[in-house]
Amino acid sequence: MDLLDFARGPALTAALSVFVFGVAWRLLSLFLLPWARDPSPRRADARPAWVGAVRGFARHLWPRKPFARASMLTTVNGYVMHLGLAIVFFGLAQHILFLRGLFGIAWPNLPSGLISGVAVVTLGSLALALARRLTHPVLRLISTFNDYFTWLVTFLPIATGLLAVSHLGAPYPTLLAVHLLSVSLLLIWFPFGKLMHAFLVFVTRSETGIAYNRRGVVL
Amino acid sequence: MSTAIDLKAATRTFLAQTEGHLATYLEGCVHCGACADACHFYAASGDPRHTPAYKLFPIAKAYRNHKFPFGWFGFARPIGERDLREWEELLFDTCTMCGRCTMICPMGIDIASIVGGARRAFVAAGLGPADLLAAADNSRDHGSPLGVTADKLRDRIAWIADDNEVTIPLDEPKADVLLTLSSVETMKYPKSVAAMAKLLNHAGVSWTLSTKGYEATNFGYLAGKGVIAKTMVERIVAAAESVGAKTVVIPECGHAYGVLRWSAAAMLGRPLPFQVLHISEFLAHLKRDGKLRLTPFEEPITYHDPCQVSRRGGATADAREVLRDFARDLREMTPTGDENWCCGGGGGVQAIGRAAPLRYQVFKLKMEQVERTGAKTMVSACSNCRLTMDESKAHWQWQGGIDSLVEIVADHLVEESPKAQ
Repeated sequence: MDLLDFARGPALTAALSVFVFGVAWRLLSLFLLPWARDPSPRRADARPAWVGAVRGFARHLWPRKPFARASMLTTVNGYVMHLGLAIVFFGLAQHILFLRGLFGIAWPNLPSGLISGVAVVTLGSLALALARRLTHPVLRLISTFNDYFTWLVTFLPIATGLLAVSHLGAPYPTLLAVHLLSVSLLLIWFPFGKLMHAFLVFVTRSETGIAYNRRGVVL
Repeated sequence: MSTAIDLKAATRTFLAQTEGHLATYLEGCVHCGACADACHFYAASGDPRHTPAYKLFPIAKAYRNHKFPFGWFGFARPIGERDLREWEELLFDTCTMCGRCTMICPMGIDIASIVGGARRAFVAAGLGPADLLAAADNSRDHGSPLGVTADKLRDRIAWIADDNEVTIPLDEPKADVLLTLSSVETMKYPKSVAAMAKLLNHAGVSWTLSTKGYEATNFGYLAGKGVIAKTMVERIVAAAESVGAKTVVIPECGHAYGVLRWSAAAMLGRPLPFQVLHISEFLAHLKRDGKLRLTPFEEPITYHDPCQVSRRGGATADAREVLRDFARDLREMTPTGDENWCCGGGGGVQAIGRAAPLRYQVFKLKMEQVERTGAKTMVSACSNCRLTMDESKAHWQWQGGIDSLVEIVADHLVEESPKAQ
């Protein structure tokens, strides 16, 4: 078994298992906790809870006006990075083939040149995020191993993927193997670090939306 | 000099609060730092330690250490003495639980809802600012944080009634409405007490104060002393039940409203046997019912939103409804309403002496906001905000006026009662 066989065989299978079971465990461990109920009477004109949840989610998609200036860099860079990741992951022909193998569904791919461009922008966005984390006094203070390691495991698949499609630095099978191993690393880390926010963002925004909505706060 | 810190008690108290909301909030934080920009303490000091997310580090650490697999495999350390000593000031002096950080958080984490509980762990460990803790103990032992006992209340009310030529019912056997007071008003802003009496009398409300339960502020809650918090709520419930009140009116005090309206039922474990209204909500009701007849207020004014009434209370519109048509030149601040800056003294911070210099710095934000409106006077519906701002105003020798909503409304009542028509 060569490196590529290992990377796309047992390594990826194991990583996917850790990802699936880890995420399930992490979410179940939260949902199975007791959830404090609020026995205070709702404001009479409060909208139904589901409206609060939806509004709570939507309200935090973009900063309110007073915060726009301070948050603009983080917000725009955040969107560039997240959209970039999504475009690269769902748009590249090879990824679609891989996903079809897993789920049996496929969709049209984007041109590989475009994907490479988006990947470069995404890497730049990640670099900016890291530079900010290393230099901004607030971010430096509150950053932990989780933040830096999560950054690394997000950066590596894009960087190695870009090298692989560009055939740069090593034979293609080696580049592909390294890329797949970096994806495995991301999948294994996912349930244990802050990448879980990809799921938790729906929970936290909604629960806050529900809580404020019942108080009659206009979201 | 350092006192012994009970780490086990702190950890126990942190973990006792573990439930879904808290856990998802603690696990959801992505350390983006956006909350710093929404915090008046960070805006005033520029100190990164004042970042709201950072203030949650000890409770997050206790939680992580407890949770599988982080702590079990040694990836997460338990909280230590240093954590508690260093964060005591951050949790108590530099958070007013105003909730502004929730608005900016991309994950929508309600940081303010965690701080109150985190404070309880510090108190369990033997920490917490002595003056804030004393205010809570005074409430339990003497009826109010400023030592307004039932006897003192009787004297004080008699004097206020006499001095302002207003009838203030106290310990009436039956009443539809129980009015509560903040001891800040009773002792420092007696005109506010008289103003509320005038307004309720004018509207023909059946109301009373009660020596069984009169203190609206809940320093038990603010100081992380859960037993005292519950005691304060029970006193008001007993007073309301004894007079058969269907409505309890909270005076101009934001946190008093937040605690009784939204947290008290959870403390008691059952719904309250009455509705809770902030005085600004009650006045808006009276106005809608045509029971408030006012002469116009012509001077330019601006309105300061108490955080627990507006941003976290959902009653942002009520004070404005009272002011509409009455205050002919109402000039909103930027930002205003739910997005308004906090006074810097809520959440018990007003009672912490050592926090005064920081509060003064925070008030600069408010001075600038008010000055930009061109209004001569800033009106608020919270005596705690007012006291915080009056002290800061004196510190900076600021020339702007600070007034109370109930006082300006009471000063403009049309003398003849609508009932007399």
